[in-house]
Amino acid sequence: MRNFAENFGRVAVAALTELGQGAVLFAESLAWTVTGAARRQPVRFAAVLAQAMEVGVRALPIVFVLSIAIGAMVAIQGIYSLSIFGAESKVTLGVALSVTREFAPLITGVLVAGRSGSALAARLGTMTINQEIDALTVMGINPVRYLVAPALLAMLVMLPLLTWFADCVALFGAGLYVTAKLGMSFTAYLNELQASVSIDDLMHGIGKSGIFAILITIIGVVNGIGVTGGADGIGRVTTRAVVHGISAIVITDMLFAYLVIQ
Amino acid sequence: MSSTATAEAAIVVDKLYAHYGEKPVLRDINVRVMPGEVMVIMGGSGSGKSTLLRHLLGLETATSGSVRVLGVDMVRAPPRALQEMRRKIGVAFQSGALFSSMTVGENIMLPLREHARLDTETMRIMMRLKLDFVDLAGTEDLMPAELSGGMIKRAAVARAIIMDPRLVFLDEPSAGLDPVVAAGLDELILQLRESGVSLVVVTHELESAFKIADRITVLDHGEILISDTVEKVKASPNERVQALLTRRVEHARHTPEEFLRTLTRR
Repeated sequence: MRNFAENFGRVAVAALTELGQGAVLFAESLAWTVTGAARRQPVRFAAVLAQAMEVGVRALPIVFVLSIAIGAMVAIQGIYSLSIFGAESKVTLGVALSVTREFAPLITGVLVAGRSGSALAARLGTMTINQEIDALTVMGINPVRYLVAPALLAMLVMLPLLTWFADCVALFGAGLYVTAKLGMSFTAYLNELQASVSIDDLMHGIGKSGIFAILITIIGVVNGIGVTGGADGIGRVTTRAVVHGISAIVITDMLFAYLVIQ
Repeated sequence: MSSTATAEAAIVVDKLYAHYGEKPVLRDINVRVMPGEVMVIMGGSGSGKSTLLRHLLGLETATSGSVRVLGVDMVRAPPRALQEMRRKIGVAFQSGALFSSMTVGENIMLPLREHARLDTETMRIMMRLKLDFVDLAGTEDLMPAELSGGMIKRAAVARAIIMDPRLVFLDEPSAGLDPVVAAGLDELILQLRESGVSLVVVTHELESAFKIADRITVLDHGEILISDTVEKVKASPNERVQALLTRRVEHARHTPEEFLRTLTRR
């Protein structure tokens, strides 16, 4: 019992420490973004662009594939469920709301956590082990300004954009199935979509993706710089970054949905 | 040490104590490095030499005592003063710590890009000058993964001196290198000293230490055994110093009872 209490206490303290570390990193990144130029250490646009390419542009093909499949899947399940009540004609409304408010931001967030969150943790972990972070520090280059702020800014721009892209592709995928199954024209489907989705619905999903962007980056960074050991340690923090990132996204999504709908 | 000498010293360490958790790793460390001097820090594995180096670089926080580098208090100085000071020092880590995503040339130019307002062509010329100085001319477009161990160490030295620092720290510059490459690095260190740079070199290579050092500080179990000129260190009557210098195996310091307890500990 005592061992359990001790272990629980240790885990709780470690979790709180990581939470605090994440909050400090986030605040520091924002501070460098705003005040870096005045301190003669600006966050370089080229570094943000390079990260944006990696996080956003290179993720487009996989986001396209997943989104079109999920859009079609939601449409298939929607028509099947609604047909029980003879309400297949309402499927566009269901698809539109579930894709824009939930599926697109969630799937994009999970995908980016798996792809870019893990890459960030592995990169920073390797740099920590190879003393590259120490090298930056002793060169007078702040590692948060040089490594974390560009990744955060790129993620904050690219994840909402990817989510918007996923919205469009998933609704297109759903449209392909709905129009074929219900024998309606694509123009009629688009008209129904327009009537079903409001800007608020779109912003609900895109706004969430901004929060996911912060979570993915900070979790990736905290895990990366906390690495211990060698190659084994890199593997461990990479896995941890993905698991924590996806868990944080799903829990935040649930809380966000609850709070907004209340 | 007089107050004038203290003011002029490139590094002043006073009564430095440091712990990892409960374990003391540095005890009562007092060190002076004068301008244009090569100070070699020696000691066996786990003696605390890398820890001392990390304190000199401000990468660790001391339990007590003070570390002043180029007149800046590494513990209490505001971030801006620390950053200004760091532009005047250069560091080559044991692993080289070159950024694997950049070419050798980009690695070496990084401090210039971040701190100096120079056009790209001038930076390139400076980078090629330093590469030539460390005998790596023509390697600027290679990636670090394409370099040998000795080339990585020399590229790290080139990056350390790109800003023409007043003080250079080298961590195990010749560890793991063949004798010819190691001798080349020693020559490089002596050339740097001739140009007026102060150097702190952490090493356990005796031959190299005797060749390059003006003064040697010998550490053992986190304590300084001696800090003096090469001749005086060689002549030291201290058994532990002599054990290190003559590469003699030290016998275990615990009693048979303590050893038995270690073996049967749960």
